[in-house]
Amino acid sequence: MAHVEPNRSGLLEKLFVPTLSEAHSRTLVADAGVLVSSWASAETAQQAAQAAQTLGFPVAVKLCGDAIAHKTERGLVRLKLTDAASVEAAAAELLAAALPEDGPVNLLISPMVTGNRELIAGLVRDEQFGACVMLGVGGVLAEAIGDVAFRLAPLSPLDAQELIDDLASQTLLGAFRGEPAVDRSTLVSILCALSTLAQDPNIVSVDLNPLIVTDGQPVAVDALVEVAEAQS
Amino acid sequence: MTRNLSPLFEPSGVVVAGVSSHPGKFGFVVLHNLLSCGYQGQIFALGRSSGTLLDQPVIASLDEVPQDAAELLVVCTPPDANEELLRAAAARGIKAVFMVTGGYSEAGPEGAKAEARLVALANDLGLVLAGPNGQGLVSPPIGLCAQIVAPYPPRGRIGVASQSGNFVSAFENYATQTGIGISRAVSAGNAAATSLADYLEWFADDPETDVALCYIEGLKDGRAFAERVRQITPHLPVVVVKGGATSGGQKAAASHTGSLATNDRVFDGVARQAGLVRAATIESAFEAAATLATQPLPSGGQTLVLTTAGGWGVITADAITRHRRLNLAPLPKDLQASIDQLLPPRWSRNNPVDFAGGETRDTIPEILNLAATHPDIDAIVQLGLGIQGNTAALTRLGPFYPDHGLERIVDFHERQERRYAEAAAEASSKHHTPVLVASEIAATDPRNPMVQAVKDSGRLCYASADRAVEALGHLVSYAQWRNARR
Repeated sequence: MAHVEPNRSGLLEKLFVPTLSEAHSRTLVADAGVLVSSWASAETAQQAAQAAQTLGFPVAVKLCGDAIAHKTERGLVRLKLTDAASVEAAAAELLAAALPEDGPVNLLISPMVTGNRELIAGLVRDEQFGACVMLGVGGVLAEAIGDVAFRLAPLSPLDAQELIDDLASQTLLGAFRGEPAVDRSTLVSILCALSTLAQDPNIVSVDLNPLIVTDGQPVAVDALVEVAEAQS
Repeated sequence: MTRNLSPLFEPSGVVVAGVSSHPGKFGFVVLHNLLSCGYQGQIFALGRSSGTLLDQPVIASLDEVPQDAAELLVVCTPPDANEELLRAAAARGIKAVFMVTGGYSEAGPEGAKAEARLVALANDLGLVLAGPNGQGLVSPPIGLCAQIVAPYPPRGRIGVASQSGNFVSAFENYATQTGIGISRAVSAGNAAATSLADYLEWFADDPETDVALCYIEGLKDGRAFAERVRQITPHLPVVVVKGGATSGGQKAAASHTGSLATNDRVFDGVARQAGLVRAATIESAFEAAATLATQPLPSGGQTLVLTTAGGWGVITADAITRHRRLNLAPLPKDLQASIDQLLPPRWSRNNPVDFAGGETRDTIPEILNLAATHPDIDAIVQLGLGIQGNTAALTRLGPFYPDHGLERIVDFHERQERRYAEAAAEASSKHHTPVLVASEIAATDPRNPMVQAVKDSGRLCYASADRAVEALGHLVSYAQWRNARR
């Protein structure tokens, strides 16, 4: 399996683009303490199929690169692939869809995480107030619903608890459609992890969208880290 | 470190620079107001023409002010005169300047340069500089009214700092109407040298101030403001209303988080984290501040509704249920049993406690007392008062008064109304439970004896149940924030 391990220590210094690939972003947020879904990277369609077999079906396959910030909008995400053949076919299509300006790309394979609820969490640097941590109702309708709340970083665990309480959709956080309530302590640790990431001035923003709630646990199935332009 | 703003709010003497004999000019109005509201310190009128103005000698130079006889200078002269004025003032022992004069940074780049020079000069001279382009300040504990607006509010416990002079006026109007008074009020103007955070920090140490009330339009450094304010809010509740809170459109941003981060949402989060009480409107902000200034802090949001009128109870129960910070308390069994002893069986036997017309002369005070003492009840909204007073008013004005026994019944109704209002304030103070009395009669007939008695008790009679619930929500929200950090 071709799992590309990013060079963590030198990761940010070497970049010339404002976003990190999903693979790099996942590594960064996982190191900070965010629970992310398991995943593997692959260079070729065959490697992607092998990785999928190891991870277990169904899987999602995405085209990844530091210059690709919005995979969904560009159709670079294939979901719910149930066998090696479909993974290989999807992976070949994705590699073919890469544009020259995307630069180096690879494939990211991740098992489908199932859950009825999606949240969004992130870090943003506000012009007036500086680093802010956000939590909200996530998924493709996040902007339309707009049920989000913010706190300044650094935030305390108490601030994080109150941030969770600020969401209007509290029923969504309780027991829901046969699924247990969202584990608030995990949410608190995600928010505190984002607060920790805010201490790195090179990190401009972080987007965990969505966090899928599976068996009560919010798991990041995508991550996007925006970084300051590298100094040359 | 808190800046010493005492020379601004408690000056030993005041000089008004730029007095004018024209009653429409700021220089006249400031002098008039200063001479009219009971200020006991010495007042000096500095102007170009000699003689007297409002029976006050006009002096031509600050040299005529004895050394250290005045601590505050209120400036209404044009910008080009003011740098020299500041130097002369400092030499006479003046410690604070309120600059009413406009034409500074709000007027363009040249004005901004003049403002920067003014700030640098004030710093060099060790002067507190408020404004420029501000409408003035009041300090009722010492009878100081140095403003170009009105009214002069009654003395009370609310400290106002506002980025709009007009809203200083608005809060003073509400204070005058309700009797919930002001300790200090200042229009920050361009806030060139003294910012909202400076005023709030001083209010936090001010023995006259229990609550701060703030109108914010723009912050030069939002993070610094948030960090300073959260040092204040554990001791002094700060109510804010924010202008320019909506964003004209979502920002283009690389991340979804970025596009969701509107000014309003970020400010809302900052406010909650810092323990600020954020009100949506000017009116609601005043009522939140008035509530924090006059009601005890509750330990939670379990709310009981007492009513003599069914419909108001239902509407209020809805408003409480909808409110995120409040709960309609389940009626405790022992309280129900006690009320059973006091009311005929048709009462609601639920929360809202609807007396269903079964009350006799002592019922309302007795039930108020029982409810305010109960450990499972954090706060009470009292409705349906004022009805007897309304009836009395109609009877008193009718053709049959005072015969047919009407004098006696009118007298009884009016006495009872006063008693209810006093009982609400007493039960609240004695048992440290907020009791908010709400009635539309507060607005429709402020002379109603119940409304008058609530005012006399130093509290606010809320003009509707919904407004009482909103104010209570702010009170509970602040209490919970503070309790969580103890």
